[in-house]
Amino acid sequence: MLLEVNDLHVAYGAIRALQGISFHLEEGEIVTLIGANGAGKSTTLRTISGLLRPFQGDILLNGQSIIRTPAERIVPMGISQVPEGRQIFSRLTVRENLEMGAYTRKDKGEIARTMERVFTSFPRLKERLNQLGGTLSGGEQQMLAMGRGMMSRPSLLLLDEPSMGLAPILVEEIFEIIKEINQQGTTILLVEQNAAMALSVANRGYVLETGRIVLEGSAQEVLENPQVRTAYLGE
Amino acid sequence: MKHSITKWSLRSVVWLIYAALAVGILWGVLYIVQLNGPTFFFQALLDGVRLGFVYALIALGYTLVYGIVSLINFAHGDVFMVGAFASFYAITQYGWGFVPAILFAMIICTVLNVVIERVAYKPLRDAPRIAALITAIGVSFFLEYFTALRWVFGADFITYQRPFPVVVWRFGGLIITNITVIIIGLTLLLLFVLQYIIKRTKMGKAMRATALDKSAARLMGINVNGIISFTFALGAALAGAGGVLFAIAFPQIWTFMGLMPGLKAFVAAVLGGIGSVPGAFVGSLLMGSIDVMVVSFVPMGSRLRDLFAFLVLIIVFLVKPTGIFGEPQSEKV
Repeated sequence: MLLEVNDLHVAYGAIRALQGISFHLEEGEIVTLIGANGAGKSTTLRTISGLLRPFQGDILLNGQSIIRTPAERIVPMGISQVPEGRQIFSRLTVRENLEMGAYTRKDKGEIARTMERVFTSFPRLKERLNQLGGTLSGGEQQMLAMGRGMMSRPSLLLLDEPSMGLAPILVEEIFEIIKEINQQGTTILLVEQNAAMALSVANRGYVLETGRIVLEGSAQEVLENPQVRTAYLGE
Repeated sequence: MKHSITKWSLRSVVWLIYAALAVGILWGVLYIVQLNGPTFFFQALLDGVRLGFVYALIALGYTLVYGIVSLINFAHGDVFMVGAFASFYAITQYGWGFVPAILFAMIICTVLNVVIERVAYKPLRDAPRIAALITAIGVSFFLEYFTALRWVFGADFITYQRPFPVVVWRFGGLIITNITVIIIGLTLLLLFVLQYIIKRTKMGKAMRATALDKSAARLMGINVNGIISFTFALGAALAGAGGVLFAIAFPQIWTFMGLMPGLKAFVAAVLGGIGSVPGAFVGSLLMGSIDVMVVSFVPMGSRLRDLFAFLVLIIVFLVKPTGIFGEPQSEKV
């Protein structure tokens, strides 16, 4: 098991965002967490990345607890997050943004090779290499954020709402690339409000409601669940 | 149609105002030039620019630190003072030359500022900004009064011994000393090194990334606390060098010497646009020039210079609070 989350409780002050969620990821999987706004999806990712500390529960990466590990040491352990709203560095060039993604790595030749790999997934980034991140279109910014996330060569990639604010055709493109990245051997934890899209690429899915997991199963099972169909797929 | 006419006439009015301003400034400059002769004017300008270069070394520290933690480090001027004293001891007690003395001052200031950050500001990282600001003022007072103790630096004015003789060159009536050359040359060198660090090195890029978005920087694996320390260190090294150069230009030092240059460099950083590196430089040159021009041309100017400096601050806040190079505050979403 690559990642195991056990009974995770996280609070912002008095507000309890996660009330004991448990899930796991096997190597090579795409797993999706779906749920409405405020269900705790982003909180889960931010806790895995080490930006938030749980007050109860544990997160195991390859069997080793990482809840006391600071964010900057989690990246070299193989977890990389593409945050919600992309959070690219607007006044850094595309190249510098990608370099920041490889911040914890030393070998320059290896880094250059990873950058080439990113360009095969996102050829448009290569054309924009010396442009400031903030001048890119929304879709390009999402590509840059994902490319930046790949630069640390993670074994686990956390994607937070990659479809947010993008035109449907771009969403298709982005999800194609997510599948590609996964086929090249990266395990993916995908957080989405676009449940239909997320379940179409995922192996398994979890449904999150107000800080609890209310449903889990294979993507097919979740997709066919009548409650999911009414609540998240608008049927 | 009517709309476009009003728009056009509005634009022409704005241009008229600009033209009037330009004519006014030109007339003012010409008036000042003829007042005591062009040589006097250009001498004042040169001295002003020279002072501006020293201000720049302080202002950069304000602007770098502000860019990364949104804190006005009011103790920065006192770090500058410690730099002057460190070089004084290096030169007078130990007989060191200019270069080792200035390096010594830069190292002492770096260590001091990093310790200040760790002890005073870091615990307040998540506190309201005003708490850190008041703490900065407290640190400033602490440094000024603690170092004034008899067994630290003492409360008296001390005559600073320059580590080299002064050489004077005359060009027409214009007096240029080797001090001026050293101040301008060394500051330009340090600015070049700073620019290289910020633009080209991995640390510098991480600094810019951290300034833009701390949580995204952490997700890249950047040690944000380390970057903040590094920023305080950079600013302090520049202020330390500035302290030495200031003491060489005005060879009298005491523990409150950092107060006014510190505040004026702060005004300069605001004038240029706080958070902007080129802004701090341009603002400092303007500030230094205004400073010396007031002393040279305004009656009782040497007493009024500080008044004018803070008048600049008030005008900036009224007219363009973001400064010359500043951008409108766009908090990230």
